[in-house]
Amino acid sequence: MTDFLASLPLPYQDWALHALIWLPLAGLLHVVAAPAERARHIAFRWSAAVFVASLGLWWAFDPGPGGFALESSASWIDSWGVRYALGVDGISIFMVLLTTLTTPIAILGAWNYIDKRRKAFYSLMLLLQTGVTGVFLATDIFLFYVFFELTLIPMYFIVGIWGGERRIYAAVKFFLYTAVGSLLMLVAILYMYFASGAESFSYQAFLATELTMREQLWLFAAFALAFGIKVPVFPFHTWLPDAHVEAPTPGSVILASLLLKMGTYGFLRFLLPFFPGAVQHPTVVAIMLALGLIGIVYAAWVAAVQPDAKKLVAYTSVAHMGFVVIGIFALTVNGLQGGLMVMISHGVSTGALFLLLGMMYERRHTRLIEDFGGIGRVAPLFATVFVITALASIGLPGTSGFIGEFLALIGVFETHAVVAVVATTGVIFAAYYMLPMVQRIVFNPLDNPENRAFPDLSRREKVVLGPLVALMIWIGVHPAPFLTRMEPSVGVVLERVEAARVGMGGRAGAMEAVADPDVEGGRFRVDEAPEEEGAGSDEAAAPARGLAARGQTPSGIRAAMHPRWNAALCVAPCPNSWAIRAAARLACTAPRRSRCAPGIVHGLRDAGTEEG
Amino acid sequence: MEFAAFAPGPYTVVQDPAVQEAAGWEPFLPGLLLLLPLAGFIANGWLALRAASRSASALRTGADPDPFQGATPPRTHRWPTWIGPGALLLAFLVAMANFVGMSGADLHAPVVVPYWSWIATGSLEISAAIQLDQLSMLMTLVVTGVGFLIHLFSVGYMREDPGYPRYFAYLNLFVFFMLILVLGANYGMMFVGWEGVGLCSYLLIGFWFTDREKADAGKKAFIVNRIGDFGFLVAMFLLFGVFGTLDFQTIFAGAEQQMVAGGATVTLVTLLLMLGAAGKSAQLPLHIWLPDAMAGPTPVSALIHAATMVTAGVYMVARSSVLYAMAPASQAVVAGIGVLTALVAATIALRQHDIKKVLAYSTISQLGFMFLGAGIGAFTAAIFHLMTHAFFKALLFLGAGAAIHSMHHALHRAGSHADPQDMRNMGGLKTPMRTAWIAMWIATLAIAGIWPLAGFFSKDEIIWYTAAWAGAPDNPFGGLYTVYWIVAILTAMLTAFYMTRLMVMTFHGRSRVGAQARAHLHEAPRVMTIPLIVLAVLSVFGGWINVPAALRESVPGLYGVLPMSEWLHHWLEPVTHRATELQTAALGDKAHADPLAGLGEVAWALMSTLAAALVVVWAFRRLSARRYAPAAESGPPPGGLRGFLANKWYFDEIYDRGIVRPLVALSRWCWRAVDAAIIDGTVNLVGYATRLAGFAASLFQTGQATTYAFALTLGVLLILGAAVLL
Amino acid sequence: MLSHALMLSAALFVIGTLGVVVRRNAIIIFLCIELQLNAVNLAFVALSRYTGIEGQLYVFFVMTVAAAEAAVGLAIIIAIFRHYKTVNVDQFNLLKW
Repeated sequence: MTDFLASLPLPYQDWALHALIWLPLAGLLHVVAAPAERARHIAFRWSAAVFVASLGLWWAFDPGPGGFALESSASWIDSWGVRYALGVDGISIFMVLLTTLTTPIAILGAWNYIDKRRKAFYSLMLLLQTGVTGVFLATDIFLFYVFFELTLIPMYFIVGIWGGERRIYAAVKFFLYTAVGSLLMLVAILYMYFASGAESFSYQAFLATELTMREQLWLFAAFALAFGIKVPVFPFHTWLPDAHVEAPTPGSVILASLLLKMGTYGFLRFLLPFFPGAVQHPTVVAIMLALGLIGIVYAAWVAAVQPDAKKLVAYTSVAHMGFVVIGIFALTVNGLQGGLMVMISHGVSTGALFLLLGMMYERRHTRLIEDFGGIGRVAPLFATVFVITALASIGLPGTSGFIGEFLALIGVFETHAVVAVVATTGVIFAAYYMLPMVQRIVFNPLDNPENRAFPDLSRREKVVLGPLVALMIWIGVHPAPFLTRMEPSVGVVLERVEAARVGMGGRAGAMEAVADPDVEGGRFRVDEAPEEEGAGSDEAAAPARGLAARGQTPSGIRAAMHPRWNAALCVAPCPNSWAIRAAARLACTAPRRSRCAPGIVHGLRDAGTEEG
Repeated sequence: MEFAAFAPGPYTVVQDPAVQEAAGWEPFLPGLLLLLPLAGFIANGWLALRAASRSASALRTGADPDPFQGATPPRTHRWPTWIGPGALLLAFLVAMANFVGMSGADLHAPVVVPYWSWIATGSLEISAAIQLDQLSMLMTLVVTGVGFLIHLFSVGYMREDPGYPRYFAYLNLFVFFMLILVLGANYGMMFVGWEGVGLCSYLLIGFWFTDREKADAGKKAFIVNRIGDFGFLVAMFLLFGVFGTLDFQTIFAGAEQQMVAGGATVTLVTLLLMLGAAGKSAQLPLHIWLPDAMAGPTPVSALIHAATMVTAGVYMVARSSVLYAMAPASQAVVAGIGVLTALVAATIALRQHDIKKVLAYSTISQLGFMFLGAGIGAFTAAIFHLMTHAFFKALLFLGAGAAIHSMHHALHRAGSHADPQDMRNMGGLKTPMRTAWIAMWIATLAIAGIWPLAGFFSKDEIIWYTAAWAGAPDNPFGGLYTVYWIVAILTAMLTAFYMTRLMVMTFHGRSRVGAQARAHLHEAPRVMTIPLIVLAVLSVFGGWINVPAALRESVPGLYGVLPMSEWLHHWLEPVTHRATELQTAALGDKAHADPLAGLGEVAWALMSTLAAALVVVWAFRRLSARRYAPAAESGPPPGGLRGFLANKWYFDEIYDRGIVRPLVALSRWCWRAVDAAIIDGTVNLVGYATRLAGFAASLFQTGQATTYAFALTLGVLLILGAAVLL
Repeated sequence: MLSHALMLSAALFVIGTLGVVVRRNAIIIFLCIELQLNAVNLAFVALSRYTGIEGQLYVFFVMTVAAAEAAVGLAIIIAIFRHYKTVNVDQFNLLKW
């Protein structure tokens, strides 16, 4: 397949990423030009074509050592060093595929739901697709920001025009919340741009920027706020239930499946590599883990008492994203991969849940759980899909939800055992919020006469839900193709974090000291000889092996296993303050180029001379 | 394919050379064990969807959704009869073939059959692999064998139900997951089965899902099970942390090197695993779901909530025997929970009127015995009891099912709405239902521990071992074990009593069903009685596979006539011997011939069977004399101790008031107070404040163009002035 | 010479400004704005003698813009007049809060 793609007259590798971004826009023009009654057909065909085009990525993408693949770059705004640069790696590829899959499904799912201003609606959907795809593909920070903001506009209108009763409130809330965060991020981006002195917005240039710990912390705060609101992290989550409840079905699907992922994607793509020192700062880690935990537990509780099914599912999104957040800030391979898997799985299962709720709404024009009951009797296929999706959402083994949550939890446990234990209660609370809803909708007596006419899934709806259900089970049974593709890229991110840790004086070292094997009669025996065993095996495993060899995983755990493990847990994950200060000094003495305001003057003057 | 090479964990594991040796025996198509039930599930599931769709469209048009009652059923209701039990029969045959092969081979280590790499990241690898060893083989035989019989029984029991194909789909799926549970080669796979059977249990308890109570019961089972799963998950995290893997073999081989015997880690792991086991096997304090689970069809209660799924906890403890042997404190806890559960459940069973509730509490109580056995380190005895219990408890449930079936039909014909499960409405069923009556008595005597039925050998062994380990010289919990021993004996007698009560109320005495219905009481069809007979035979002879050597040569062993002396013990030895060694090293050798009272094993066996027999006879004479009134005519519920027992020690009420309601209240508070008031309030406040400021500023807008021009000029002048002056 | 020109320019500008602020008739206000523009033009031309040709260049820009503005502005005023039958700016306060 890979060879076939390369042997096309125009090699797939050369045009794929551009096509994924610009084809939806072409579709938009087509929708605008065509009559309104054809809009949905045209939009669906274009987005389906994009999906087919994106499938090639699965084979064309070679995880390799973990960097970007299929990179391409062209100049855009030379005077500021802004380039139109795209690339895909193991972190973004699944987000892109999720985007290209979700959009046609969302369009098809809302086939009859949208009955006014169809042209505008489908244009906005395609615009949204361009924006989201661009966010995941951009390797130029400026370009990323443009796409990041671009997603805001169509979503605002989708909620505001086609939404429910309180749509204006929800749309404005959504817009303001997100805009506040992203403006702060813009400031941070500009700061980094000038700090780097490279006069480039490229990802690599930002990576190369040397920042003091203090700078890192401030910039981290700005970025984290922007992405945290998107995720959303408690206490910035209240826009989500409102937006979800008011949005039309396809809006909810896109919102849950894709827009939330932009936040956690930002964590992985930017926060961790850009501010490796800050993300290991004990306070930062503590705050982020705490927020993630609160999200998991608190959102589950709140979800459980919602009378509105859509709002319930919206809160479960907060809980799921909590798993992603703690997985990421575990800063372990398992945690990061788990976080990514939760993102994928949540995109699939929650998207499907919103589609199902949309179908219920189309049939009964109510979202209140209490209006349903006994649906399994009149719509068995609908009920089956509903139950499978709900189970995938609460992480039953064998479905996609389990893989991600399990990995995230195990990753967190490696470094923060107590956090992982508390987070694991989320497994119980998931059942606590999901099963009553399933029961009250699908089971229970069919006592509402209006439900007796509830039609089962139509052929179109089967087509919409079929791929999602298949994905849930496929990922749950055989996630290896996903995990192997993301592993090298995750390894790269972690290596960067690790490198900063080594520079900071070694948290791993601190761990070893606490978990001194001699303390308990040498019973903690370790045979650290992975190199011989792994030698000669696949190259791709190299980064991971490197991590393992550094003993990150076992040392953290052994600290936890120690008789004084409580004490160890408090001390071990935190580099002591002298280490931070040392790191800061190290960063300060490193050679740096002129930074701050002169840059903009340079830029303007250059522009002026060129004109003159 | 996509399987990348994975970095090995940071710990290298010394492979047991026996693993390579064992390759001499090739398992016979082990994948079929899983594929057959799965295929059955898919086929039946497809039929179920078709049947349900047809009935749903009939319902929508107002027609009778289930028109084939009495007439020839449609294809969707004929095929499952062959597919469901057929898949199980084939699986049982495959299991038998493997069992025979394994018996022939001298297998000292498990044979692991890997299929694909399931979850693999940099440091973690869980493979989709199954492990065949003596323990998993035995469990597979029980699951497929008893499972097949119950499938067969279900054909008779469920044939007229509109959800017949769906029923078999769930049942096949259950067997699939149960086999994953027992065959999984690592804790990850075990967990897949673990939650999978929980799912099937949920679906089957709520099989008649349009009944709110039944759906509630399913939900309760799932949520309580998830509390246990929480423990299982955390235990897996800990194990992964210590060993870098979840493979059984690696963990058990490296346990002594990586963990301190009696240390905090191993104790924590085993306690957490026990939490998982308590959830799945309905032990205190998570036992509350099992009685409610009786809402499901009776064969389901027999298969899932008596014979197989609920014993998964015992299997897991036995599987982790090495870990438990290293943690004496956990062992004491496990045994303590077990014996306490046995006692509490037995006392509750004394005062229940619903025949299935009695059996449910009896199951909990017997599971308590198994945990007692597993807890004190008598893993073989625990598994032995698991097996015999699967026989006689499945028999009891199926017998009860036959009785309920008959009652239901009779009451239905008579137009009565009395509860067909209430024993107060039964009585005198022995005349119309002779086979069920005899079979049930066999099972009752077996569970009561009457020689030489299956239950005698297995239960006796557990109690005996409790005493034996209490006498181990270095056992720090020796005194505690003695208490366990006494409680266990007491519970055994209670068992004999409540089971006799059940038999008397159901089959003896005068019939209380009403004259009209009595004529319709009938013996179950043959497809239902055959499983009863087979299980009755197993309940009689099933215990003979593990007759203690000391007994075999004496009166209880018929002077050597009983075959297979300690066969099970030898069979499971490769699995349990390391645990036994570890335990002996830690606690000292158990007191062989001389536990507690100084009596030998033979004397003890005679005593216990005599005691059980006495209780049965006494209870039978006493209760037969009593006249029971039908449920409708019964007086007010009893008070005092009787009421306390009849109300199940108020566990449900305590949980409801202490946990469920506060949690819901807290959730509501979080929503109303925190989310809506505090967070959204703040957000909206910011919005209002901004709008207020905007309004204040807007007052400057007069709308007069000249005002603006004047302000503009003034501004320019000010700026210019400032520029000049400064 | 320069100071004279600049003084004239300033005087014209002040007259124009006062006109904009004080008068009510939209046409008059509009003409006063033109007066201001021309005052600035005058200053540009005067100063270009010392600073270079760019000053005169800008005058052309200003004149062009002014012409365009006149076209649009007068059109608006006519439209307003048709609607309200007056061009007295006191009568219009649609922008009022």
